Amino acid sequence: MIPELGKYAVPVLSAYGGSLLLLAGLVVLSVRRAARVRAALREIEARVGRAPAAPPAPAAPRPEAPGQETAHG
Amino acid sequence: MSLWEWANPVKFMRLSGALLPWVAAGAALALAVGLFWGFFLTPDDYRQGSTVKIIYLHVPSALMAINAWFMMLVTSLVWLVRRHHVSVLAARAAAPIGMVLTLIALFTGAVWGQPMWGTWWAWDPRLTSFLILFLFYLGYIALWEAIDDPDTAADLTSVLCLVGSVFAVLSRYAVNFWNQGLHQGASLSLDTEENVADVFWQPLVVCIAGFVLLFVALVLLRTRTEIRARRIRALALRERMA
Repeated sequence: MIPELGKYAVPVLSAYGGSLLLLAGLVVLSVRRAARVRAALREIEARVGRAPAAPPAPAAPRPEAPGQETAHG
Repeated sequence: MSLWEWANPVKFMRLSGALLPWVAAGAALALAVGLFWGFFLTPDDYRQGSTVKIIYLHVPSALMAINAWFMMLVTSLVWLVRRHHVSVLAARAAAPIGMVLTLIALFTGAVWGQPMWGTWWAWDPRLTSFLILFLFYLGYIALWEAIDDPDTAADLTSVLCLVGSVFAVLSRYAVNFWNQGLHQGASLSLDTEENVADVFWQPLVVCIAGFVLLFVALVLLRTRTEIRARRIRALALRERMA
């Protein structure tokens, strides 16, 4: 199945092997961190949701302030 | 829809959530087709032999390594001028992707250079500027991690990004500026005399499309994660103050 690479088989295969390994590592780490952070957010949102309401903030937050973000689950 | 709507975290999460599966699927498809086509179905080059197959990894990764920094430059500028958090979080999300792509470009270049040039490395203008770009990526990521206050970190990393853009430009145009060193000119050119032959060019374009889509998918995924992490910090702070 592997094409005839001749005397350059080692450089070609190592280039493909190393690059695909790096890309796969990047994808796996990104997906795992995304899942971990999503779970942590769910947990803290549930905890904060159960807690009594915090006193009102002294100034109105900006439209994109962290407290205004709700659709992150 | 205005581009600035993406700056609203809630709208960004909604839009990116809808886009992400399609972009990820497109990336997987284009990469699978392009790399299979390039590796299995293209002939050897009459001078480079089978090492020409490395082009399908080297050129797209180098191209996206530079473009990732330019994307970070634009989003950092948006942060510095308009203070949109999503913008700078997108820059932060793109940095590790750009770093890995730079590393792939350096690695595949070295592996190709050894049999073709007789050396793994040369202090050639393009190679050297690429190495410095890689170090800038490391510095950018380290600076984000080193500063506790997110807005201060965003300011300082954005300034670092502006400085590093010089090397991103050099990485792209070093061959044209100095016209010396081992590295050849661009593999893709509108000049048909300079462009690679169609038999190599067609799978290369598919691979480039795959790398572009992979980059976009990972930036969307990682930016969503950064937005959630920022929300966790805000909720934790609120919890402590309650």
